[in-house]
Amino acid sequence: MTLTAGPPTVVARLADDVRRALDVVMDPELDEPITDLGFVRSVEVDEAGGVEVHLRLPTSFCSPNFAYLMSSDSKDALTALPWAARVVVQLDDHHDSDKINAGLAADAGYRGTFGQEAEQDLEELRETFRRKAHTAAMERCLTALLRAEPDRDVESLGDVRLSDLAPGQHTDALVRRREAVGLPLDGSSPVLVDHAGIPPDDVPMALRRARSTRISIDGNAHFCRGLLRTRYPGSEEDQVHRADGAEAADEAYDPTFIALTTLTTAQTKETTR
Amino acid sequence: MYSKDGESYFIVDAHIALWDARPENIRNVQGQQFIDCFYDYHANLSPESEVWTKEAYLYQGGERLMKDLFEDGYVDHAIFQPAHLGEFYHRGFGQTDEASALAAQHPDKLTYNHNFDPRNGEAGLDQLRADAERFGLKGVKLYTAEWHGDSRGWRLDDPMAYRYFELCRELGITNIHIHKGPTIRPLDRDAFDVADVDHVATDFTDLNFIVEHVGLPRLEDFCWIATQEPNVHGGLAVAMPFIHTRPRYFAQIIGELLYWIGEDRIQFSSDYALWTPRWLVEQFVDFQIPEDLTEYAPLTTAQKKKILGLNAAKMYDIEVPAELRLPDADEPETGPRQPEAADLGAMAAV
Repeated sequence: MTLTAGPPTVVARLADDVRRALDVVMDPELDEPITDLGFVRSVEVDEAGGVEVHLRLPTSFCSPNFAYLMSSDSKDALTALPWAARVVVQLDDHHDSDKINAGLAADAGYRGTFGQEAEQDLEELRETFRRKAHTAAMERCLTALLRAEPDRDVESLGDVRLSDLAPGQHTDALVRRREAVGLPLDGSSPVLVDHAGIPPDDVPMALRRARSTRISIDGNAHFCRGLLRTRYPGSEEDQVHRADGAEAADEAYDPTFIALTTLTTAQTKETTR
Repeated sequence: MYSKDGESYFIVDAHIALWDARPENIRNVQGQQFIDCFYDYHANLSPESEVWTKEAYLYQGGERLMKDLFEDGYVDHAIFQPAHLGEFYHRGFGQTDEASALAAQHPDKLTYNHNFDPRNGEAGLDQLRADAERFGLKGVKLYTAEWHGDSRGWRLDDPMAYRYFELCRELGITNIHIHKGPTIRPLDRDAFDVADVDHVATDFTDLNFIVEHVGLPRLEDFCWIATQEPNVHGGLAVAMPFIHTRPRYFAQIIGELLYWIGEDRIQFSSDYALWTPRWLVEQFVDFQIPEDLTEYAPLTTAQKKKILGLNAAKMYDIEVPAELRLPDADEPETGPRQPEAADLGAMAAV
């Protein structure tokens, strides 16, 4: 990521502001901030309140609806900075770059950007992936419980309450995802529920479906990271390690990576997978 | 055929291409971006020793294809699944004349599937009739993210698409290979949505629907639809090479597929020339589910044999030497296939 030269302290502080503001922009599909994924290619700021951010994606053919969402969310987040006088967000090297960049520059909105290809809005799309993110977070917690208690019957997972989960990253993540889909957060709430809070009739089947969702999101998140590194050499510098779904090959890109085999307790193992 | 440790495997590479992305065939920036994207897939997932130069990647030609698949790659039979991409490439991406001529020259080794696009309307139906006769089609490859004039995608349950499937039925084209790319219409919805597969599979129970890339990046949606439809199969194009850099992810993909659709409905492919079959076959035969993934049963030799070739051979009536054949598994047509072997904690419940 590059920063423009200028009075170092002021510009550096403003650039940092920009980066923090972009931390709230999520890739809805991968359920991670674009700043962790390395999607922010460059940040340029000047003392007059000008901001120019370039975004990059793993392939030219990433879905344009997600590409648009991340770009327009970025513009919204930067425009909200009190000192920002002029905000330019550009998506680089995408098959729809021209269309999306023109739409962003004109603040044309989703329908204004895509014309007849856009029907209403992207809210349903966002909701679909908020639900998937919740499903995956739920599965991580319940599978961790099964690994920690090998004699536990799968059927009993239907009775697990939020307060039964061990404190830690996975439980925190589940709480955040529950909040995002509007589920209750009190300790007595059942964990294995759908987005509407309804428990399944068939507990093992519900867990299996949730597992396939988790595998899919973890797999995609790592593949997208890998493709970005291949497409933009050096972009690994801008990527934050993802523990969920990490494999031995990731060690090459991440000095903080701890190989699975060096870990001993079952609980720690779970959090690194 | 590939042999190791006293076992022999009949290999069908169920998804290959003979493409041309050389500069003179590239029509626009999208054509360039498309092959660049393929090359990044190739470079990112291949073992270092198997990475080609970009120049070699643009076009292989028949001779190199025959060598990579049949001399070096252990493949007994391969099936062309061409993508047209007429909006990106002057003469299309998949080379119809060259690939079909090669298949005609080596009918024991190659099957040529063609494609259609329902947005071509009535004229396209006539074309499909002519193509079925010209190529002796048993299957087609459909890419729903194909651009076509102002349209940047179509759905399998579009009314016109149904006319094409009815014609497939009439012409004996029974194997419908589907690649769900990033389909832009409708833009409001998930571009990789596979719900339309569900509709056609229910309405055309006498056709086989092979979802390529096992629905990736929507493995979970694919599994859920496929488990309910006895005529939906999974093609391992693009999923296979994860075996090298992401073996745990690959293990989970295979484990999920065996659970949701069973060992008789999964087909190997290298997705040539995205990747080459030799290393994929070798690594798959050696592959095992990591022991700590106790939610999956170990992969059996019989399952590997079916996935590597017997399943596709059966679908395409490709003759398999008697000593290499295997019977179908005694599994249900729908629903989870091996629930007793497939879950953490399930043992305690049995």
